[in-house]
Amino acid sequence: MTGQPGTESFGIGSLLPAAAGGTVAMLDVRDLHVQIAARHGTVRAVDGVSLEVGNGEALGLVGESGSGKSMTLRAILGVLPPEAKITSGQIVLDGVDLVPLSNSDLNRIRGPKMSMIFQEPMSALNPVMRVGNQIAEGPRVHLGYGKAKAAERALELMRRVGIPDPERRFRAFPHEFSGGMRQRVMIAIALSCDPEIILCDEPTTALDVTIQDQILRLLARLCAESGVSLIFVTHDLPVVAQLCQRVAVMYGGQLVETGDVRDVLLDPRHPYTLGLVRSAPDVDYVRESLVPIPGSPPSLVTPPSGCRFHPRCSFAEEDCTVLPTPLRELPGGRSTACLHYERCQEAVAADRAGS
Amino acid sequence: MSAISFPEPALAAEPTEHAQPRRVRRWYRQPALASGLVLLGIILIAAAAAPLLTPYDPIKENLSATLLGPSAHHWLGTDQTGRDTFTRLLYGLRTDLRIAFIAVLFPFCIGTILGSIAGYYGGWVDTVLMRLVDIVVAFPFYVLLIALVFVLGPGERSIYIAITLVGWVSYARIIRGEILVAKRQDYVAAARSGGLSSIRIIGKHLLPNVITQAFIYGMSDIVQDILAIVTLGYFGLGVPPPTPDLGSMINDGQNFLPTAHWQLTTFPGLAVVVVGLSLSLIGDGLADLLRPGHS
Repeated sequence: MTGQPGTESFGIGSLLPAAAGGTVAMLDVRDLHVQIAARHGTVRAVDGVSLEVGNGEALGLVGESGSGKSMTLRAILGVLPPEAKITSGQIVLDGVDLVPLSNSDLNRIRGPKMSMIFQEPMSALNPVMRVGNQIAEGPRVHLGYGKAKAAERALELMRRVGIPDPERRFRAFPHEFSGGMRQRVMIAIALSCDPEIILCDEPTTALDVTIQDQILRLLARLCAESGVSLIFVTHDLPVVAQLCQRVAVMYGGQLVETGDVRDVLLDPRHPYTLGLVRSAPDVDYVRESLVPIPGSPPSLVTPPSGCRFHPRCSFAEEDCTVLPTPLRELPGGRSTACLHYERCQEAVAADRAGS
Repeated sequence: MSAISFPEPALAAEPTEHAQPRRVRRWYRQPALASGLVLLGIILIAAAAAPLLTPYDPIKENLSATLLGPSAHHWLGTDQTGRDTFTRLLYGLRTDLRIAFIAVLFPFCIGTILGSIAGYYGGWVDTVLMRLVDIVVAFPFYVLLIALVFVLGPGERSIYIAITLVGWVSYARIIRGEILVAKRQDYVAAARSGGLSSIRIIGKHLLPNVITQAFIYGMSDIVQDILAIVTLGYFGLGVPPPTPDLGSMINDGQNFLPTAHWQLTTFPGLAVVVVGLSLSLIGDGLADLLRPGHS
C-alpha cells in the first residue's frame, strides 16, 4: 500500500548505495528550500530537495525547465539572484554548512572547492577579457600565483581541455572562439583551482550534437583523471546515461525519484520519470513511439496539493491529490515520491511486453 | 530502436574543432571618428605648438598697435591693447582645452565609481546615491555651475570643483544603468561562482564592459565643459586676466563690434564651434565603433 506518507525523511543520502569512488558524502544537501519573491507571489523554486554526492561521483539532476534544477545549483554555490533566498535547509560541503556563511567566506570556497560550468559559454565568459586571463584569474586570486605562474597554469589547463595552440589562443577574446571552444574555456576556468566538485548547468545544451559529444567525453575524462565530483543538470536523458552514475529527477521544485542511473532510466518508478523516458527519442527504453507528457509544469506559486504531478498523471488516484509525497525508500538503493509506483512498474512491464 | 549509451570505455580521445578567425573594426573606417580626430588633432597641435606658430606674446600689450585689422603680420588683427588676436586665440585654446580635459576627469572617475557601487550593490546605497543625483539634476547645469563658481570665487580650481560637483551625476546615472543590466549577465554569475570579490567583479569584469558608455558621454561632456568654461570666462568668472581665454576674448571683443572689429569676437567663437564639432564627431564615431553588434 502507500505506507505512511509524511513520516519518512526527505533525505535520500541514506538510501544510496556506496557510490563508485568513495563512500563519504562530499556534498550533502539537506531539505533545501529556495523561495523567490515575485510580483505575483512567492515562488517556491526549490522545495525540500536533498542530495548527496560522493567523492568522484557524477550525479545527474534531471527535470524540465522551471523544475528548480538550476536554482538548486545556484543555491549550492551561493550565487542566487538577489530576489531568491534560501529559506531553510543545509548545504554541507566537506563537513561545513555553507548556508550561514558570509559572501566573503564563500569566496574562499567557490573556486578552490567548487566551481560551476554554465549553459551558455558565450554569455558566461567576460566578452572584453582575454580568455587566458579569465582562466588565470582563479589561480591568481585563490592560489596566490604570480602573473607568470598563473599564465603557465592557464596554458596547462588549455592544453588539458583540448584547446589547440594555447600560446596563441591565450590572448584571444571569447568571441573569437567557437561554441565548443568556449565551453572548453569554461571547463578550464572551472578546473583552474582544482575544485572537489563541479556543478554543471546544462553545459552541453547550447552546443550542437557533435560538439556535445566531445564536451561530454572531455568531462568524463577529466573526472576520471582528477577524481572531481559532478552535479550535472540537464533535461537530456542520454547525456545523463552517458556520464552519471546516479540520477535525481526533479519536478516542480521537488525530487520525485532518485537512484542508480540504469535503474531509473530503464525501469522508472515514478510516472514523471516514465514520461520523460517515453518522450526521449534517444533512450534505449523499450518503446517504439514517443509519448509526450500531457499538460504543462505546475505553478510554483500555488503548487497543486498532494503530489505535484497528479494533474498530469495518468495513474493518479484520489489520494494523490491530498497526501504529501516525500521520497520513500525502495529496494535497490533507490527512492520514489510516487504513492502508486507499482502501477508505474506495471506500465514498464507492459511496455516491455508490447515491444 | 536507438541505443542509450551507458558509459563505455569509448570515452577516450575527443576530437577538437577549430576556432573562428578574428574580425577587427578599424577606427579609420568610421568617417565621423576619422574626421573628428583629424580636426581635433590639428587644433591640439596648433594649441600645443603656439609658441612656435606665432612670434607674439599673448599677454604683453603693445599700445602702438591697437585694434589693427587683419594683415600679413597680424592674421586676425590686434585687440584694444595691441595684442595679436591669432596668438591669443591659440593660447586661449591652450588654456581652455587644458582646463576642459582636466575638468572632465574628476566627474568621470567619481561618477563612474559611485554609479557602479549604486548599480552593483543596490539597496539603500543605491537609494541614497540616486536621490543625491536627483537633487543635482533638479538644477539647470549652467545655473548651478555659475552659482558654484561665483560662490567659490573665479579661477581654475573653482572651475574644477564646480564641474565635478555638477558633472558626476550624469556618469553615475549612465554607469549605474549599465551595471544594473550587466550584473545580470552570466559572466558575472560565473565570476561570483569563481569566488571573486565584489570589488574585483566590479573593477575587472563589469567596468571594462560598461565604461565605453561613460567614454562616449565623456566626449560630449568635454564639449559641454568647454562651453561652460567659455561662458564663465565671458562672465569674468573664468581664469583671471590677463591669461588668454576664449570666453574673455569674446567678452572683450564685443565692445568693438559696432566699430567693425568683428574678428575679435567671431574667431574665438568659431574656435569654440570647431572644437565642439570635432569632439562631437569623435563621440559619435566612438559610439558607432564601440556599440555592440555594429559593424
